[in-house]
Amino acid sequence: MKSHVIVFPGSNCDRDVAVAIKNISGHQPQMVWHKETSINQSDLVVVPGGFSYGDYLRCGAMASTSPIMQDVAKKAKEGVPVLGICNGFQILIESGLLDGALMRNSSLSFICRDILIKAINQNSVFTKNTNVAKMPIAHNEGNFFVTSEQLKKIQDNDQIAFQYCDENGNVSEDSNPNGSLENIAGILNENKNVLGMMPHPERAAEMAHGCEDGKTIFESVLN
Amino acid sequence: MTNHNWQFQTEQSLVENHGLKLDEFEKIVEGLGREPNLTELGIFSAMWNEHCSYKSSKFWLKKLPTSGERVVQGPGENAGVIDIDDGDVAVFKMESHNHPSFLEPYQGAATGVGGILRDVFTMGARPVANLNALRFGEPNHPKTKHLLSGVVSGIGGYGNCIGVPTVGGEVNFHASYNGNILVNAMTVGIAKKDKIFYSAAAGIGNPIVYVGSKTGRDGIHGATMASAEFDEDSEDKKPTVQVGDPFTEKLLLEACLELMKEEAIIAIQDMGAAGLTSSSIEMASKGEVGLEINLSKVPMRAQNMSAYELMLSESQERMLMVLDPSKEEMARDIFKKWDLEFEVIGKVTDTKRLILMMNGKEEASIPINILVEDAPEYQRDYIVEEPSPIKEYKSEDFDQNNILKDLNTMIMHPDLSSRKWIWEQYDHMVMADTVVRPGSDAAVVRVHGTNKGLAMSTDCSPVYCKHNPYEGGKHAVVETWRNIIASGAHPIAITDCMNFGNPEKPEIMGQFVECIRGMGDACSKLNYPVVSGNVSLYNETNGEGIYPTPAIGGVGLIKDLSNVKTLSLKEDGNFLCVVGKTANHLGISKYISIIQSKEEGGTPKINLDTELRNGNFVIDAINQKLIASAHDVGEGGILLAIAEMCMSGNLGITIEIETNFPHGYFFSEDQSRYLLEVSPNNYNECQKLANNYDVHFEKIGIVGGDKISIKNIGDQYISALKLSFETGIKEISQ
Repeated sequence: MKSHVIVFPGSNCDRDVAVAIKNISGHQPQMVWHKETSINQSDLVVVPGGFSYGDYLRCGAMASTSPIMQDVAKKAKEGVPVLGICNGFQILIESGLLDGALMRNSSLSFICRDILIKAINQNSVFTKNTNVAKMPIAHNEGNFFVTSEQLKKIQDNDQIAFQYCDENGNVSEDSNPNGSLENIAGILNENKNVLGMMPHPERAAEMAHGCEDGKTIFESVLN
Repeated sequence: MTNHNWQFQTEQSLVENHGLKLDEFEKIVEGLGREPNLTELGIFSAMWNEHCSYKSSKFWLKKLPTSGERVVQGPGENAGVIDIDDGDVAVFKMESHNHPSFLEPYQGAATGVGGILRDVFTMGARPVANLNALRFGEPNHPKTKHLLSGVVSGIGGYGNCIGVPTVGGEVNFHASYNGNILVNAMTVGIAKKDKIFYSAAAGIGNPIVYVGSKTGRDGIHGATMASAEFDEDSEDKKPTVQVGDPFTEKLLLEACLELMKEEAIIAIQDMGAAGLTSSSIEMASKGEVGLEINLSKVPMRAQNMSAYELMLSESQERMLMVLDPSKEEMARDIFKKWDLEFEVIGKVTDTKRLILMMNGKEEASIPINILVEDAPEYQRDYIVEEPSPIKEYKSEDFDQNNILKDLNTMIMHPDLSSRKWIWEQYDHMVMADTVVRPGSDAAVVRVHGTNKGLAMSTDCSPVYCKHNPYEGGKHAVVETWRNIIASGAHPIAITDCMNFGNPEKPEIMGQFVECIRGMGDACSKLNYPVVSGNVSLYNETNGEGIYPTPAIGGVGLIKDLSNVKTLSLKEDGNFLCVVGKTANHLGISKYISIIQSKEEGGTPKINLDTELRNGNFVIDAINQKLIASAHDVGEGGILLAIAEMCMSGNLGITIEIETNFPHGYFFSEDQSRYLLEVSPNNYNECQKLANNYDVHFEKIGIVGGDKISIKNIGDQYISALKLSFETGIKEISQ
């Protein structure tokens, strides 16, 4: 079981996700500085949350051109599971590994709170153990958007990983925290081995966090 | 203002514009044996302003208790340090950024956070929590909305980006802040006791290294601006506000902590207020050495910067270090990896002078001791005004049928309503160690990789301080102590941020003196010393001072995280009990201010013996696992505290207590009280323990249902209260 966490200047959830992976899998992930050019054999590559390059220019835009991202793209193509959380999701979109765009929250302010998500595709390597789960979001730009053609494509191809929902699993406007199209909280690539999600499963990964729902995503991909 | 006896070559107006008094200028000339040049004048101005020199406050601050068995470093360094067992220490401090935040709320608040973070990681600690204490003008004042939104997004903008959770704080609204808001930011960090870094320069010939961002023309004279009153033209001072870059600070944090793992740093000091001037002089003074700096080497953002500008710029995200020369290259590589400036700009000397060179020319030569030890210190005149008289209220003056309606009105007021709109804009969970999130009495953050935690709280009641500065000073300290206890922690020490008006006015100085006396008495009695702090004076606009606001930040230790308590009611059938006596003190309570729109009746008094007993009882009961939830009774009184417990736990309560003065009982702000939720099985044990401590302990209701029901008075749905509770602050922002 080998996993890797990419560290960009400005990443700030790199340690948190490494701790969650260590606690859940028993294996310490390897931290990879963004200036490196290749990752060894890996069973999971995580692009963590934070403010890579201070969100300057556009969230994730500068990090997507970091040297390591070429190898991340190559690994993704080879079928290695790649998980982007929050800023990591933004980076994967900017890298072209996932469809769509993440715009400013509809409230125009940063939002940090617990939300509920529902796994729509329950067959992927990440989502096979998840149904409705509670975990925090913490972002300024999580308002997911795709063109109607792209939306149809990701719907038809079962690429919607998570939608924001209420306690009963209903996907409604009231349960949409940031204005995302179709309440989309996370999407997969065509091959379902790349997942980008705004919520932070690593912040709901042990009882001290008040909730352990995020564990299932790591358990699913690490076992 | 022209002084006809002016006998110096230096223009009198130039001296005045530098915020220096005539006798202070004379002192400079005497010390130097000549008149200063412009660069030197700027340096004296920066060092001798109130913000950097504490010239009005020093004499009084020395009266505060600053030692204790867990104190590793008291006031005088970048931040205070306390022992939290196992070789770990907590490093913390609170600092003001009031004037800049009023001029430019986003950048003012953001750089306030950036500055206090640097104070903490300069000492070798990784910051693990940010808190704040904010005061705005009246909710409907035309500036309040803009200032509130700007300050909140500035605090979030900086803290969220650097990845340090903002876990707690306090905010209130009062007309006395209409023209001068207060933004006080606190950072708590964790380090190893044997790896603390200090600022005393040492080793003659050792290199002085500049790291971080380049120096620009921003923030020149920021500290001098912060030490002057505001008037109509103050908007013109906007260019003195610095601009923050949290991304660079994140890089600086990681680079510094990486370098600190090596034995390379001899001394380190962040460049905060008065930038390169105060940092270099501080290091030289502490180390009793001299420094020679070649200003041509300073990394510059703008062209043709003068010595004067370089010394007074308050560009952010910069540090000064004295390095072991053999480690210079290794250190340079670390900063290069993080894409930060690293430049040797001078050396430590034995001259005990600050010598500045630029383009081969000497720009300044000042003996360090005149700048620091000989800095002016004033024992300003003060008048202690009579505290506002205590008013006795009678039951007949109130209609008990209005109790629940009054409660509803009170929880909608911005001073008492939910702060969720604020803290949802702060990332309060990054680092994944936040155990108790904002909204409870104290925030609790786990010490990474352990089962222990730090509880933290900021507090002050300016209205209490205004009407009785002595009791108000006591209260500010004690309120944080109670919050920490109610969260299940042992309070250890505090940091203070003393925000006052113009100290040259005897009645303002009197408020300062009395608040300090109150704080000192509380700290001594509770064994809760002051380890760091900051003073912000001249908080006045058009001659009108703010209310005295000694904001306190307290830190406590929870040795076993399973003992953490929150205020949420937990279970149907549990008893709710009150600790401490209620004596119907309604004076200047939130009830009187919100419902009667008056500010009268006198500050409640605190008996520190009772305070200590009640607190010790609560912490003992928590440690013995007798308590399900705990909450201190603060502003708004018992009923407000009960409502908060119900709303947080989504559980109702039936209040059975009989009282012949319901408004007095439910809304009075008598001190030293807590509410405890106790299971019926533990009730007798708890009562026995209370008797041992000689503490008043009384069952007042039973948890359950979805309403607050008060016998003989009425009931109110929790869901309806929650809707009201969420409105107050949110409405200001819309």
